[in-house]
Amino acid sequence: MEPGGRQTGDLLMAAPPITDPEVTAPVTPELEHAAEKAEARRGFLIALPSFFYLVLLFVIPLGLVFVYSFATRDSTGLTVLEDWNLESYKRLFSAEVLEIFLRSLVLAILTTVICLVVCYPFAFYIATRTPRVRNVLLILVMIPFWSNFLVRTYAWRVLLGSEGPLSQLSVLLGGEPFRLLFTNVAVLIGLVYGFMPFMVLPLYAALERMDWRLVEAARDLYADGWTAFRKVTLPLSMPGVVAGSILVFIPSLGAYVTPALLGGARTVQMGDYIVSQFLAARNWPFGSALSFAVMFVMLLATIFYFRAGAKTL
Amino acid sequence: MNEGTRPRGWVDRLLALNAWVVYLFFYAPIILLIAFSFNDNDNVGIWTQPSLRWYGEMFQDERVMGALRNSLIVAFFATIVSTVLGTMLAIALERYRFRGRGTLDGIAYLPIIIPDVTMAVMLLIFFFQAFGMLDDALGINLSAGLLTITLAHIAFCISFVAIVVRARLSQLDSSLEEAAADLYANRWQAFRKVTLPLIAPGVAGGALLALTLSLDDVVVTQFVSGAGSTTLPVYVFGLVRRGVTPLINAVSTVMLVASMVLVGISLGFQRGAEARGQRLADPEGLLEEISAD
Amino acid sequence: MRRMARLFASIMVFALLVAACGGDEGGGSDGTTAEGGESPAGATGADCALDQVDGDLNFYNWSEYMDPELVTAFEEQYSVDVVEDFYESNEALLAQMQAGAVYDLIVPSDYMVGIMIDTGLLAPVNTTAVPNIGNLAAQFTELPYDPGPGYSAAYQYGTTGLGVNVSVVGDDFPRSWDLLFDPELTADFPGGVSVLNDPREAMGAALKNLGYSLNDTDLAHLQEASDLISAGMGGIATFDSDQYDEALVAGEVAVSHGYSGNMIVGIGGAENPDDFEYVLPEEGATLWIDNMAVPANAEHPCTAFTFMNYVLDAENGATLTNWNYYGTPNEAAAEFVDQEVIDFYAPTFDAEGLEIIEDTGDYEINFTDYFATAKG
Repeated sequence: MEPGGRQTGDLLMAAPPITDPEVTAPVTPELEHAAEKAEARRGFLIALPSFFYLVLLFVIPLGLVFVYSFATRDSTGLTVLEDWNLESYKRLFSAEVLEIFLRSLVLAILTTVICLVVCYPFAFYIATRTPRVRNVLLILVMIPFWSNFLVRTYAWRVLLGSEGPLSQLSVLLGGEPFRLLFTNVAVLIGLVYGFMPFMVLPLYAALERMDWRLVEAARDLYADGWTAFRKVTLPLSMPGVVAGSILVFIPSLGAYVTPALLGGARTVQMGDYIVSQFLAARNWPFGSALSFAVMFVMLLATIFYFRAGAKTL
Repeated sequence: MNEGTRPRGWVDRLLALNAWVVYLFFYAPIILLIAFSFNDNDNVGIWTQPSLRWYGEMFQDERVMGALRNSLIVAFFATIVSTVLGTMLAIALERYRFRGRGTLDGIAYLPIIIPDVTMAVMLLIFFFQAFGMLDDALGINLSAGLLTITLAHIAFCISFVAIVVRARLSQLDSSLEEAAADLYANRWQAFRKVTLPLIAPGVAGGALLALTLSLDDVVVTQFVSGAGSTTLPVYVFGLVRRGVTPLINAVSTVMLVASMVLVGISLGFQRGAEARGQRLADPEGLLEEISAD
Repeated sequence: MRRMARLFASIMVFALLVAACGGDEGGGSDGTTAEGGESPAGATGADCALDQVDGDLNFYNWSEYMDPELVTAFEEQYSVDVVEDFYESNEALLAQMQAGAVYDLIVPSDYMVGIMIDTGLLAPVNTTAVPNIGNLAAQFTELPYDPGPGYSAAYQYGTTGLGVNVSVVGDDFPRSWDLLFDPELTADFPGGVSVLNDPREAMGAALKNLGYSLNDTDLAHLQEASDLISAGMGGIATFDSDQYDEALVAGEVAVSHGYSGNMIVGIGGAENPDDFEYVLPEEGATLWIDNMAVPANAEHPCTAFTFMNYVLDAENGATLTNWNYYGTPNEAAAEFVDQEVIDFYAPTFDAEGLEIIEDTGDYEINFTDYFATAKG
């Protein structure tokens, strides 16, 4: 029996008996139903402001973009709301577009996997420290990302360039100066770097709230550390893995600033391609169709992940 | 608790090593960035000699200061509104069942899966259409500026706040709230005394996330801003065209220091919230508080 | 799955509703302007007198393109505020204008002026309020993209060429676009080369290298240009429209494709400026001209025209050029311009094969797509 329980029981006994008929009336099905409806209404009201806001500033504008994807581009680049057609969507399946899409997909998957592999032990480490230390470690993770994103990325350009510290280190060790900048490796480094907090935080949250007594129990049953991890910790932390993966995969699919700055824009990524449709090519119908295609894939990924791992983020 | 199941010996040391390497990775560009803010050369990549010149220039540069001020104003309002709305959304979705909950759940994920540029373009079109209609119908003349930027930021921050708060809510034992109800607390009291303190870390986390997202946003802000409402990241982005100087490093370093101070303050608040959370272990005190209202 | 379908359905419904009552978005398809219409008595600002101001100026310009001291002096002289806002591409400017953004003065590039005139976004220049427009050199009036009556006044001009690190490339390099695209040449350059990340400029350079016009719309020629860039990818380290001068001066690349003004400033700030040279390839290059223009929906056109006149003043024009190192179209300003800048731009108009970029209408999509394919 919990120490606090007895005190509560004493208090309840000491309280005067309730005689208010509204409170003491027997519960009938109609009453229950009315209570449920009142609950539902309350819930709806609480959700209403956000709902209204999101509909106004998201759903409707998104609808406009959706409408645009069926429109035509006139010769000056303006979008004309006539001649509705499916040309933009048909173009989605052309070889060039599919190639760009595949490339971005591979990059996003690689980024997510690398992030996961690096961040899981890291999150595990943090989650197994004392609470004071944990908080400090977490804050230390967040702080670098309070600087301006562009400036951080330029710092990476210097770090990975031919005059950068890495290259100079190689020269010191007797090798040649080398340049990681403008390669795919540089892009991966940049993307992984940018998204690591999004992987660490959900992983940490899942590991922290896990019931570690289950791990202790496994140990008591003569499981070694690795088996305990594989059979208990890993499955229980799956919601975190899923959440982190989505939070990394989705933005990296549409990333374009980092690949441009660190990869030298030598290959075309999906994000860059979409921007070029809205700006350089002034082909808004196609840009809109591309956007929806990307969103569709992201939606599929989200659904798949939820089925695979968690009921909620 | 967790510490009891800490891995032993070499595994723990390996994990610690991994952690150190990761922190080095995190901070390498930051150290570089701060170091070069003291560089006397115009070029961001070539080190010449230490100097405080960029900090001096920064405080005198009206455009940088103006952009910084805009960023802070937008971030302030966007964070507050999106935290409130996002928390309400999280509570509604997590604790209640009502018609349209499924649809709302889906809509709440839209801001996360949408590409930046699509959101930017759609908000651009929407704002000008809306302003046009407002002008025709009510004669209200609005134009793009800090208002539109703030509205846009709130839009994408709500969802992120909601996710963080929901995560916290879902791990909460709802029996605590039921216990409060048993002790004759009405819904509002239960929320204020029980739920809110318990989700406070989640709300704080969501607010921090919203603040970060708002301060760093470039693409959406670019498209929906108007005359005189350039924010700092947009200004930096534009500066890139004509040459990045260590001035930007100086600005970044200042913002870094400022955010560390902010975080320190919020940590202080969190300690307070946790202390209040401790009081839930004392039902007598809780009952007194409830009946004192 | 069901709730996603329901979500999709609700989006469709909303969209159709809005499309039904929203009317034309993105500027009228019949060429009429967006909100904030013209004054009933004819074009915007047609009644402005010389030196007249009608409120603060909302000035939308490229960043680092206008001398802040000139702005302050204008503010003091005319007792108005100048609110500056910045964009970094013509297309971003156009997107804002088409969506109905309201500015008093903008600075679009050559081809963009043409597009804006065609879509009715600009007000004609009020020559009574801008008499200094007569200061412009002959070759900067009656331009192909703005035949009279004018809707714009030239602001600054420049060329797009190559910054070459002579110390690593050697003295007898070919003054040609081969420096960017010939894989045999570029293979030997330490660090490779940098090409502008702009479809028109990059494809334009390739077209010139092949002997075609950079406004060519023959798809076969565009394919050739695309293949040329593809073949040269081994030596192309990066496509960059922003850091091309820094990369060159820092030694990251040996040859850099970029705009003249930035190149002069970048090279001038290097430790050994004599190691670098700005080259206009013999096959020809891009000549570009940025122009001041007053949008048709401007709210303070008189202030805008007064500012335009102010910038076109001889001494102010020179101050501007001396500040941003781009070419001045202002003949009267020439005597006040630094010799260094004059020397730099002197050979420009004698160079052969210089072309101004023109809008190619529907073919813009092709330029973008062939460029994307070239990158592979």
